[in-house]
Amino acid sequence: MTYNINDKGYYGEFGGAYIPEMLYPNVEELRQNYLKIMAEPSFKKEFDQLLKDYVGRPSPLYFAKRLSDKYNTKIYLKREDLNHTGAHKVNNTIGQILMAKRLGKTRIIAETGAGQHGVATATVCALMGMQCIVYMGEIDIARQAPNVARMKMLGTEVRPALSGSRTLKDATNEAIRDWINNPVDTHYIIGSVVGPHPYPDMVARFQSVVSEEIQWQLKDKEGTTKPNYVIACVGGGSNAAGAFYHYLEDTEVNLIAVEAAGKGIDSGESAATSALGREGIIHGSKTLLMQTNDGQITEPYSISAGLDYPGVGPMHAHLYTSGRAEFISITDDEAMTAGLELSQLEGIIPAIESSHAFAVLAQKKFQPKDIVIMNLSGRGDKDLQNYIDYFKL
Amino acid sequence: MNRINKKLQEDKKLLSIYFSAGYPSLNDTVSIIQNLEKSGVDMIEIGLPFSDPLADGPTIQASSTQALKNGMTTEILFNQLKDIRKTVSIPLIIMGYFNPILQYGVEAFCKTCQEIGIDGLIIPDLPVDVYNEHYKAIFETYGLINVFLITPQTSVERINFIDSISNGFIYMVSSASVTGSSSGFGEIQTSYFKRIANMNLKNPQIIGFGISNHDTFSQATQYAKGAIIGSAFIKNLTQNGLASISKFVSQILR
Ligand SMILES: Cc1ncc(COP(=O)(O)O)c(C=O)c1O
Repeated sequence: MTYNINDKGYYGEFGGAYIPEMLYPNVEELRQNYLKIMAEPSFKKEFDQLLKDYVGRPSPLYFAKRLSDKYNTKIYLKREDLNHTGAHKVNNTIGQILMAKRLGKTRIIAETGAGQHGVATATVCALMGMQCIVYMGEIDIARQAPNVARMKMLGTEVRPALSGSRTLKDATNEAIRDWINNPVDTHYIIGSVVGPHPYPDMVARFQSVVSEEIQWQLKDKEGTTKPNYVIACVGGGSNAAGAFYHYLEDTEVNLIAVEAAGKGIDSGESAATSALGREGIIHGSKTLLMQTNDGQITEPYSISAGLDYPGVGPMHAHLYTSGRAEFISITDDEAMTAGLELSQLEGIIPAIESSHAFAVLAQKKFQPKDIVIMNLSGRGDKDLQNYIDYFKL
Repeated sequence: MNRINKKLQEDKKLLSIYFSAGYPSLNDTVSIIQNLEKSGVDMIEIGLPFSDPLADGPTIQASSTQALKNGMTTEILFNQLKDIRKTVSIPLIIMGYFNPILQYGVEAFCKTCQEIGIDGLIIPDLPVDVYNEHYKAIFETYGLINVFLITPQTSVERINFIDSISNGFIYMVSSASVTGSSSGFGEIQTSYFKRIANMNLKNPQIIGFGISNHDTFSQATQYAKGAIIGSAFIKNLTQNGLASISKFVSQILR
């Protein structure tokens, strides 16, 4: 069994490109070119250089001593929070903007929920002097004002998605409609390992720098490239895909994917796709998604806007159904508590998305000798108001 | 012979109308269909509403959302249509996104369509290759015509391929756009219409997206066998109700 993508664009039975004919030329152009372009020495050079000098990679692999003491195991944090713009999202947007340039595109569109991917896209568009339009649900625009302001400051137009439930899934629909309307000059920078093939694979490859670095960094510190566990939160699944990537086929390394249970799996207000979803089609991909019996996509809920997505990337659907990764869901309360704990034990305020991954430490028993890698996907600056409101600070 | 094929043999330009089932009210479906036939429409596309209609503009999105709010489901639609062939004889096509059909079960869906007397399906996000590999045999078993889309960006090679696996008509999307954009047809569109007409495809073409009135209907049908009106019809329903259907149609066909 392989856990990576096959040559038809599927992970097991998940993936593919379930798109209207109007999108076929755009997606096909990308499919035919992405691997070739990524393999070009000049592309690699520019990508690596920007990750180093602009993003600040490699991101540190930090041994979290006090957290390790508390849980009596060896915990390392992969510090994606220290990247420029504050999360892993920029690894993908740097890759895709270089891809767009090589495809001769002059206009960039993106969707965003929390605004992290929107900011990361606006940033690289400013860097490359490209026109940028970010679609964002009207409700999220109100919830995430600081990131909206950052995008505007960076010269991006933020367009409200007014359809459906006016959150991330609708922003994605609007971005796809824009792409249908502008098939020639526009590249769509998707923000996670979702969407039609080749997006899930392309985004996973851009994010795979995370596990590539973990391998040599761990070798330096522990004399082995292999941890016992890699733990990451999953919204669409891009930070997890990056942290898992080079360990996918190595089953000695346990992979743990952490979803948002919201107010609890059975509360009706949750975003735990693996627990609550069924196979179906969302945004051009066959995967697991939350839906009614009738196949209408339902609205998820999580305190974390970045995990508030009714689907999951096809790689993760395959990791779940094949049993390769363990899926754990964490409630709002558990995540917030874990975020406060990391802040006070290590002096690091995590993004609420990442806090979900940290909450696993209190739920799962690790051995003292285990090496546990926590992918710290983003910093908590954007969530400060949420933390303040929650803890009445 | 399938009603669609028979209709396509008639020596006239065809008017097809799309509407979202369950809109404006849940139980308007049958009445809208009967009114359309009486008004002289040649073919009807019954929209199965979906929460996330990627290829549709604001008008159809809004009518789908309202239809779902009204309680429309696949099961209810099939129930509403169960006796439709007692009163309606023009071709009926169901147009819907793939996920609701997948959840119903593709084979069960096709079987029910046949029992009701549905003649064809348009599923914009079911790709040609997946259809060919997994579902073609099922559609054929139940006598359903699957209609594929082409756009101004579709390559000649792909148009020929789509023509080769089609057995009804080809749905020609008028321009690079979602449904409901209608500023009339310019030079770019008419040269695309001519280009396709000159390919002499095996399947006739029916043009959709951006047809909103008598002028755009006449322009499109200069180059194609027929044309499809969706958003403009729904807007009219919203503003003027079911009683205005025959007036709307006669203005198009005048
Ligand atoms: C810090 C952070 N982590 C995780 C996510 C979830 O996305 P993904 O699952 O693609 O990593 C987001 C999304 O906005 C984010 O901002």
